[in-house]
Amino acid sequence: MSLGPVLLRLAGVGRTHGEGDLAVHALRDVDLEVRVGELVAVMGPSGSGKSTLLNLAGGLDTPTTGTVTLAGTEVAGMDARGRARLRRRSVGYVFQDFNLVPALTAAENVALPRELDGVAARAARTEALDALTAVGVAEVADRFPDELSGGQRQRVAIARALAGPRRLVLADEPTGALDSVTGEEVMQVLRARVDAGAAGLLVTHEARFAAWADRTIFLRDGVVVDTTGFAPGPDELLAGSTRTGRGR
Amino acid sequence: MTVRNSLLALLAEQPMHGYQLKQEFERRTGGTWPLNIGQVYTTVQRLVRDGLVVPVPQGETGPAEDVPVERFRLTPDGEAEAAGWWSRPVERGAPARDELAIKLALAVTVPGVDVAAMIQAQRTETLRSLRDYTRLKASAARAGAAEGADLAWSLVLDNLVFAAEAEVRWLDHVEARVARAARAGGLRAKASTDATGASTPSEGATGPRATGDASTHHSTAAPSGRRGAP
Repeated sequence: MSLGPVLLRLAGVGRTHGEGDLAVHALRDVDLEVRVGELVAVMGPSGSGKSTLLNLAGGLDTPTTGTVTLAGTEVAGMDARGRARLRRRSVGYVFQDFNLVPALTAAENVALPRELDGVAARAARTEALDALTAVGVAEVADRFPDELSGGQRQRVAIARALAGPRRLVLADEPTGALDSVTGEEVMQVLRARVDAGAAGLLVTHEARFAAWADRTIFLRDGVVVDTTGFAPGPDELLAGSTRTGRGR
Repeated sequence: MTVRNSLLALLAEQPMHGYQLKQEFERRTGGTWPLNIGQVYTTVQRLVRDGLVVPVPQGETGPAEDVPVERFRLTPDGEAEAAGWWSRPVERGAPARDELAIKLALAVTVPGVDVAAMIQAQRTETLRSLRDYTRLKASAARAGAAEGADLAWSLVLDNLVFAAEAEVRWLDHVEARVARAARAGGLRAKASTDATGASTPSEGATGPRATGDASTHHSTAAPSGRRGAP
């Protein structure tokens, strides 16, 4: 797999809440790059800074130190409105509890953020149907969320996150509410969408889902304590497949 | 026992020769546990000795054989034994020797080992293999339909995936318990470290790390300390 341009760059990012003796360092000195075609997982115990990292990456929060660059634009220099616009154009979110609007159909849910961004209704619907097709649930386009299974809802959420020109998906425990087989299917979809030209940052506490990422970084007390590094190429993997046993 | 039972199970399908047994075993398990051909023949000879397997008499294998290769088939006792394997659960009485479990058990008892760093290094390594298994599984899924042998390999990979996941969860658990134990015995441990005067940079890092998440300031000092170490 060849990686594309950097979509998200965190350089020396820190986030402190409060001041002086009361200061809490939610995140310290984090460097991270996510490129097109790349899925990066973040693991760590609760309170380790995973959510702070995701909020900073999506421009929902601004760092105390360091810089966050989203789709080539540095977030720090922007006002709240500019950040909101950048977010709508560049970033999509996937949450554990799906966050679909119950009164809207699947297609309307996917089209909504695009319409908010000024895209004409008809064009937004076309984009939505394309996005739903890409995640394999085109047939449920006109159904409401409560008529969908958990796996289908999460696919719709992934479609919404990557509808139109958006290329960065931030996923917060996207498999948390799903059973193990459905969770795996959702990860497959997320992986496929990233491989097709998106970038993803995935927060999870489940190693089995983090394993779908190209690399995993481990956070602890706001600091990156380790990373798996990049995955080996397929040739290397297949060469190794005959010795995957533990050899006791 | 595993190889013996597997060969019996394969022979229950049809008579085979040694190399065929090796190939079939490896095909269905995705080559995860390669068999040595010598091991196959030794096992077959033992099965013959125990009356579970007999060589197929020459001529019965069909006239088209260019090279006379000895094939084997099950005796009635062998058939019973093969059927019995499916109905018997695999015994879990005696745990297999696990290097990681042994290493951790020793690490928490031998003084001066940075257990927290060891756990993180292992977690990263296990997640790497978990990622590799996941990729193999994804490529296997892409490569073919759910044909019998592909399904078998993908299930073997699932086994490795779930085992690796369990290992990561166990490491999380160990880490939490070690941190708690360190908090409880923190003063005692500190006193003994000071007494021996063995305060190398890396050991210095275990102190605040092992005392856990009592304060953000303290525990973050450890990883950066570790990073600074050679």
